[in-house]
Amino acid sequence: MIDRHDSAGLWMLAWRRLRADRVAMAALAVVAGFLLLVLLSGAGLIADDWEREVAVNYAPPGFVGPDAGARALAQAQLPRATLPNAFDPLAADLAELKAQVAATQPPFEKRTTLLFGADKWGHDIVQKTIKGGETSIVVGLVAALLAVTLGTLFGAVSGFYGGWVDDLFNWFYSVFTAIPAILMILAVAAVLQQKGVATIVLILGLTGWTGPYRLMRAEYIRHAAREYVMAADAIGASSLRRMFGHILPNVAHVALVQMSILTVGFIKAEVILSFLGFGVPVGTVSWGSMLNEAQNELILGKWWQMTAAAGAMALLVTAFSLFADALRDALDPKIK
Amino acid sequence: MLAYVLRRLWQMLPTMAGVVLLVFVLFNWVGGDPSYLLAGKMADTAAIENIRRQLGLDEPYYVQLWIFVQQIVSFDFGNAWSTGEPVAQIIASRLGPSLTVLVPLTILETLLGIALALAVAFVRGSLTDRAVMVACTVGMSISILVYISVFQYLFAYRLGLFPVQGWGNSLGENLLKYALLPIIIGLAVSIAPTLRLYRSFVLDEAGQDYVRTARAKGLSERRVLWLHVLRNAAIPIITHVMANLPALLIGAFLLERFFGIPGIGREVILAVERSDFPVIKAITVYVAAATMVFNLLADLLYRAVDPRVQFR
Repeated sequence: MIDRHDSAGLWMLAWRRLRADRVAMAALAVVAGFLLLVLLSGAGLIADDWEREVAVNYAPPGFVGPDAGARALAQAQLPRATLPNAFDPLAADLAELKAQVAATQPPFEKRTTLLFGADKWGHDIVQKTIKGGETSIVVGLVAALLAVTLGTLFGAVSGFYGGWVDDLFNWFYSVFTAIPAILMILAVAAVLQQKGVATIVLILGLTGWTGPYRLMRAEYIRHAAREYVMAADAIGASSLRRMFGHILPNVAHVALVQMSILTVGFIKAEVILSFLGFGVPVGTVSWGSMLNEAQNELILGKWWQMTAAAGAMALLVTAFSLFADALRDALDPKIK
Repeated sequence: MLAYVLRRLWQMLPTMAGVVLLVFVLFNWVGGDPSYLLAGKMADTAAIENIRRQLGLDEPYYVQLWIFVQQIVSFDFGNAWSTGEPVAQIIASRLGPSLTVLVPLTILETLLGIALALAVAFVRGSLTDRAVMVACTVGMSISILVYISVFQYLFAYRLGLFPVQGWGNSLGENLLKYALLPIIIGLAVSIAPTLRLYRSFVLDEAGQDYVRTARAKGLSERRVLWLHVLRNAAIPIITHVMANLPALLIGAFLLERFFGIPGIGREVILAVERSDFPVIKAITVYVAAATMVFNLLADLLYRAVDPRVQFR
């Protein structure tokens, strides 16, 4: 019996190179941690009740300690015993209502400090940051997936067929790149009047396909002339099968790297769009909407919401960019 | 030379036509009928019909497109829907404040970027080099919103070194008083990506044969970098700066918004908030045209600084 010699494939080799890179593995761990938080909060296991007003307004972080304002607020919000008014015609009804409220919502003393403070309404900042991160990261990932899918599709058709198809898509590309990306995004935001997570994903995805398109087109032009593709043609594989069955697995690493680079850019873009009020609707929290609130809080000296949102975002984006760089180096060792 | 420029201009036509078509489809077709919005709350059919006729919306699409093309060529986009101010006048009056911030910012950013990139390239591979690169990555990952909020709060609001917001009437006052902090923030935000990019341009050149020759004939490393390497690394730097100028006009919108600078970027934001389509349409078309022209200028400049480049 002959020994099977397993030779490592592209992905296995890339994984080995990545494993040897300590910075990349640390970055990957951070990114994986964030994704885990997104999954858990998406499943409703954590940060589900971030909208409960658990603390007094602007309760400072625990390590700072409660300030005078927070103490006074907590005192003022305690349920007070009021003298019964014999002439109140609604007294009986009110008492019944109060009993009902007390039965469903047991009264609790609002806290004067929280782990990382509270916002204007007394929401826990830690939970809010996790929930906001869920929105921002999901928008970034889905929009990047959409942009890379479009770019790959256009690039594949353009590079594989060439000729007038290629000319058409190139014209499309030059039109989209003639308009600066941020202006394009704002113009589409102006036209699509309804706010929503799906709208931002569409805006970012539909305007961001140009980068992946250029790279994928170049890859398809290179690969379409290779022997294995000609061989596939000779045994009667259809164009579609050659494009996506044979070539795509060999160029998918370019798309993967593009996807990780675009995710970083789109998370940043979502934050800016939501900050300007063109992004997530009222009632949905994202890092951008948190920064929008925090801008006014900073003047009042309430720095914790901005620190939490900006810190979480900076950590994720740093880790994601370092990982994207390492991924590119690992998958394409020729580029250095 | 002239033939080259003419051919490039000729090649721009289909792209420009595409931009016009894209903007038209976006605003006249996807954007829907704005007459209900414009007529206000107490709209009757006659008022809506009237507005539709004024805007040419009762015409077929090809006539509307022709109107749009005429508007672009004649620089006359009519009046803004929200304020009634002529669009051409809006653009003309907003350009000055934008440039007051952008011209000093671009010059300082380029000079500082080059100086730092050469300094970092001088100690390439060392701990300093790597620390600076890591610092750049971290600096780039902090949202621009945080830079602006924190700098504005710290330097203008708390320390009172600069006015928090505002814009004056004379160029000197604007430049020395109101534009100063926005320029500093712009520098802080852009220096990290600029430094990374310029460093790669410098290092690309530092491995070339002529650099080895210069070293071999006994020149100091400083002289090699500042004289021999810089002249060659300047080529991609110039191209990069030129090609990015039009995008920068829009890109400064956050600075303009935070500091109340009446520039083009803030105008775009306001127009998006008010659904003021004529203003966005005009700015999009002209910025796209400027992008193409500046790309051509960048290529011409490329030729001027690098005689090896031949026009085909």
